[in-house]
Amino acid sequence: MIKLDSLTNSIGEWLKGTGPESDIVMSSRVRLARNLAQYPFVGRASDQERGEVQQFLRSRLMQLPSRLPLDYVDVGGLGELDRQFLVERQLISREHAEAAGSRGVAIDTHEQLSLMINEEDHLRIQCVHSGLDLESVWRQISAVDDEIETVVPYAFHSRWGYLTACPTNVGTGIRVSVMLHLPALVITRQIDKVFRSLHKISLAVRGLYGEGSQAFGDFYQISNQTTLGKTEQELIAQVADVVPVLIDYERRARDFLVRETEQNIHDQVSRAYGILRTAQTISAEETMQLLSRVRMGVLLGLLDDVDVSDVNLLLVRTQPAHLQKLRGVELDTKDRNIERARFLRKYFESGSAEAN
Amino acid sequence: MRCQQCDKQAMFHITELETGEVREVHLCEDHARNYLNQSEGASQPSESAGPLGVAQTAEELSELDQKVCEMCGITFFEFRNQGRLGCPHDYVQFEQELEPLIANIHGAVEHTGRRPQRPSDSELPESTESLTQVIGLRKGIREAVEQEDYERAGALRDQINKVLDNWHAEQQTADGTDSAQPSESPSNS
Repeated sequence: MIKLDSLTNSIGEWLKGTGPESDIVMSSRVRLARNLAQYPFVGRASDQERGEVQQFLRSRLMQLPSRLPLDYVDVGGLGELDRQFLVERQLISREHAEAAGSRGVAIDTHEQLSLMINEEDHLRIQCVHSGLDLESVWRQISAVDDEIETVVPYAFHSRWGYLTACPTNVGTGIRVSVMLHLPALVITRQIDKVFRSLHKISLAVRGLYGEGSQAFGDFYQISNQTTLGKTEQELIAQVADVVPVLIDYERRARDFLVRETEQNIHDQVSRAYGILRTAQTISAEETMQLLSRVRMGVLLGLLDDVDVSDVNLLLVRTQPAHLQKLRGVELDTKDRNIERARFLRKYFESGSAEAN
Repeated sequence: MRCQQCDKQAMFHITELETGEVREVHLCEDHARNYLNQSEGASQPSESAGPLGVAQTAEELSELDQKVCEMCGITFFEFRNQGRLGCPHDYVQFEQELEPLIANIHGAVEHTGRRPQRPSDSELPESTESLTQVIGLRKGIREAVEQEDYERAGALRDQINKVLDNWHAEQQTADGTDSAQPSESPSNS
């Protein structure tokens, strides 16, 4: 799979660490759920119907009127490692990776767009940009959606809107999410308060997960819960309006840490950096936790020999499937932890230059 | 990790911070949806509302459960169990039953967002119901073939192609481009 191997050495849009407010906002994402009118939803389709849906959508997506350059990956034909790799890059969902039957994903060259075929819905279009950039994400994804609609009959009902397999997505079929790095709110134990207030305005908060299910780092995804009764712009605004408030809280918490506990926070950050540079075996979870601390330390000016871009790169390259693909062999958990530690030591030794 | 309420893989790992206490909940997608919807609408907890928020007696519920979609054949009972609908027509077939559930989830029962782009001179389609008929016709073909009634299967095939051709013709007037026709292959038995 040439395409996947070429991705290994790039970083992927969501961790590029550029764009507005990228010291706190990792990425902005919008996804749209769509279904074909002339087929049962994926869960109820026969194998043959699923195959037809995949073929139908694939042929249309790969030849859109604008000739949008997409690479198609037959997810059903991939091994577990490659599927996990796509999950780590956030190009497909964990559910899509673990499902069975005909399914695929079309990915654009910049890894901003990914179009999953036969996920829970026939088509799930996703667009991701680095930093806080929901407006332009929306512009891009709605243009793609419009274009697909000229060649694909989406299931639509005048009252219920775009019809989806699960009623929780019906109407706009939109999920707007922003991924935030909030280490100072976690350290100062204010994150509970923030979550509570977000739940009150019906926004969902999810941690970002690594290997297994344990929450890692201090990365949180804020997204809308409802999809019907509001326009796409209103739902985007619901998420977008709260982000500057969270950014402000996090910045204040970071200022507070530097002002009031400088020695302590400097110590924590330096220890995290020390472990990453010297450990002999390290889990994905611990790595994320420590990289999160280091990332904050760099942004607070407490570490001067690391760049934020290094940390972002390591966040993705130390994930299990990335690590194995970079190494070129499959490894069990124990060997992965050893390889991860080796990879980190080498990366920092070479003065943040190429470690592979 | 398994869902705390069933045997499926836990996909959602929710951290609750209700009374200043941290509590972790691990759930599969279905149970997480229920869980989140419940905690969202927690302001009016109604035990009597049933799993779908549709207030009803056991008899009413079992009658409701037997309703069947005439296109994809899913029963309301199956939907209640899986949390996923079977085809676009379910939103029409089960409209009455779904309404309270959807109102409960979204706090609204009317789409106000984007609509399919159509040429300005044609009416907006009420829905894509006409195309969705194809799902029921395909089911009819499978049944006809099982009964070795090939004449009927052929007639249904013609009907499918007519519906798909109509859609295709509409699309061509819509954008003037020639996209490949979504006609049915006869190998669908």
